[in-house]
Amino acid sequence: MQRFVMAIDQGTTSTRCIVFDQNARLVAVAQREHRQYHPRPGWVEQDAVEIWRNVDRIVPQALRQAGITADQVVAMGITNQRETFVLWDRHTGVPIGRAIVWEDIRTEELVTELGKKPGLEEVRDRCGLPLATYFSAPSLRWMLDNVAGLRAKAERGDVLFGTMDTWLIWNLTGGVNGGLHVTDVTNASRTMLMNLSTRQWDPMLLEFFGVPSKILPEIRPSTEISGVTTRVVPGIKITAALGDQHAALFGQTCFEKGSIKGTYGTGGFLLMNTGNELVRSKHGLLTTIGYQIGGEPAYALEGSIAVAGSLVQWFRDNLGLIHSAPEIETLARTVKDNGGCYIVPAFSGLFAPHWLSQARGLVVGLTSYINKGHLARAVLEATGWQTREVVDAMNADLGVPTPVLKVDGGMTADHLLMQFISDVLDIPVQRPLVAETVSLGAAYAAGLAAGYWPDLEGLRRNWHLAARWNPAMDARHRENEYANWKRAVELTFAWARSTPST
Amino acid sequence: MPGPIQSIERAAAVLRLLARGSGHHGLTEIADSLGLARGTAHGILRTLQRVEFVEQDQATGRYRLGAALLHLGTSYLDANELRSRSINWADTLAARSSQEVRIGMHHDGAVLVVHHVFRPDDSVQTLGIGAMLPLHATALGKVLLAYDPDLSAAARRRELTSLTRRTITRTQMLERVLTEVRGQGWAGEAEEYMPGEASIAAPIRIPGGLVIGAIGISGAADRLCDSAGRPRATLVHQVVQAAESVTTSLVDEN
Ligand SMILES: Nc1ncnc2c1ncn2[C@@H]1O[C@H](COP(=O)(O)OP(=O)(O)OP(=O)(O)O)[C@@H](O)[C@H]1O
Ligand SMILES: [Mg+2]
Repeated sequence: MQRFVMAIDQGTTSTRCIVFDQNARLVAVAQREHRQYHPRPGWVEQDAVEIWRNVDRIVPQALRQAGITADQVVAMGITNQRETFVLWDRHTGVPIGRAIVWEDIRTEELVTELGKKPGLEEVRDRCGLPLATYFSAPSLRWMLDNVAGLRAKAERGDVLFGTMDTWLIWNLTGGVNGGLHVTDVTNASRTMLMNLSTRQWDPMLLEFFGVPSKILPEIRPSTEISGVTTRVVPGIKITAALGDQHAALFGQTCFEKGSIKGTYGTGGFLLMNTGNELVRSKHGLLTTIGYQIGGEPAYALEGSIAVAGSLVQWFRDNLGLIHSAPEIETLARTVKDNGGCYIVPAFSGLFAPHWLSQARGLVVGLTSYINKGHLARAVLEATGWQTREVVDAMNADLGVPTPVLKVDGGMTADHLLMQFISDVLDIPVQRPLVAETVSLGAAYAAGLAAGYWPDLEGLRRNWHLAARWNPAMDARHRENEYANWKRAVELTFAWARSTPST
Repeated sequence: MPGPIQSIERAAAVLRLLARGSGHHGLTEIADSLGLARGTAHGILRTLQRVEFVEQDQATGRYRLGAALLHLGTSYLDANELRSRSINWADTLAARSSQEVRIGMHHDGAVLVVHHVFRPDDSVQTLGIGAMLPLHATALGKVLLAYDPDLSAAARRRELTSLTRRTITRTQMLERVLTEVRGQGWAGEAEEYMPGEASIAAPIRIPGGLVIGAIGISGAADRLCDSAGRPRATLVHQVVQAAESVTTSLVDEN
């Protein structure tokens, strides 16, 4: 009987269930989008129950498509959008309000206030993250302060907190009937509540954010989840969980110190493996756990880009200039350059390397010459230049330039964009044979835990080059364009200063 | 001759209704106007939505004519969108067959390569997206010719350029091969484009059966073909399966 590994990738825009065989070949994929709620400007919410129902549909669907039964699945790995979390009633399993998404900036003011508290340096030291709306703790604090009766309920232990991995694992393993309340280190490392050195919830951080410890799940290594599904499709072992970007690092087999990957989905996330060394960035990068397979964690430096594919979606849904995301490339190819136009998509402030919550997006360089083709180019180029800023920061932190960038995610289907990234970085860009690297990484971790794959070396042998883009841009042109981009970014700072938040 | 098909007549009536006046109607309005049961009207609307002839307003739930109706004659699927939607299955095909994979669409009397996956042996290769290949001498091209009557008619009128000793240059011969392609559902070619090289391809369809592109593998002729020079059955099977997977992924799940 042939055996397989299953991954559930609970992303920002959709949830996927993918089945892989032992050669890391994709056998089936089922996917469902969920709704994004924007109840007020800057707020981004999702319905955790809808996401759970989607899982309930896509898992059997993927099994059907693969033509296999549950007993052929040796292990399941869970991977997820990070920082997004939900609170729910321990006794009924019903969520308390909607999940607050990582893109949500409702805590801008709260973050400014918290920033004035003593101990801020200590916070950054312990969790490796700068204080920003992006991470879970400020939003969790906001919930505790703003939902009537919630804090008392939480302190009594009637409420559970979970990032999306935790929510799904709890539900899959039984929910109110004995569901496991666990998370893995990588997800926990994004809350601002975990101490990077001990890899446990940190009392000082809980105190700083005013979070009662009773609501928190148990933190485990990425490959020590040890649950069994009792719902959806019962009897499947859940052996691993890790945040999507960490899963991608693992799926790209970036096991050595210094290797870098970039994943381009809703946002763009570059992670560099720093081995067992906890490196603190001097150039605006985050320190995070890469993954933890067994005893020792691999640490990572991360450059997060908040808006990448979501700018394309905005162009499609809010401006209506294209019908589908890939058409952005068709439209961009109707012109030969950006015509002097730049878009800085600081929709949720600017993330790495700037970390400026108050920044807002802008379009500059408009003349009567600019048409929608130029705008489409500017949309794609924004992802390229943001990548350049992050890679510059990584090179500066590491002291040596990275020779190549391994990429994955939905935007890697964009040929023009991949060429542009190679051009602006002036290094080759490589796509591996499995573009769904997030899922593959979760499958790898799960399969490793279940003994389906013997070791990291075996996984490395599965990595094959599917496409490679080589730099071809004239150096002077590149530096001119980069200078223009930097000026555009500075303008967003100026805009932030001139409109204090109210 | 068989009689008229009622559901097609009804679908035409729905389109006519949406094409006049306000152009926005709710399900009940449409059902009532045409004297159809709500369930029947809903089924027709869902199908029309699937083929993109009708769109539903997210906010109001009302129906209107789809944008696809406006450019019926031009392109059925954006080339970049085809790449996006097929990337997983093209990767899988490359992994299973150990050969390089291309997806082609017709453009200007040739095959436009819209997607290319390297042979997964980590050797140095060059990305061939955007390249143009001859229709009559490649498996991708033969698939596109076989399912497009206009294209094959045009090919018959033109001179078939000889690229190798084995390139098909006689129209009658090409005609016979295309009939065979339609019969078996895939196309093969050995050393007709380049000496020592062979290729196998199968059609990518949109719902209803229209062929909009082709996916295929190419590589050393002795790897792709058996000793008699016929494409290997296992590889053919893999290519056909990949084409079917892409076809399925083009069906909107909504
Ligand atoms: N050809 C393309 N060109 C540009 N952008 C694209 C293209 N195809 C998809 N995208 C963008 O990529 C994103 C989808 O990629 P992917 O499926 O990896 O994201 P995701 O996994 O849903 O993201 P997340 O995990 O954050 O939810 C969308 O934001 C979409 O706009
Ligand atoms: Mg994703």
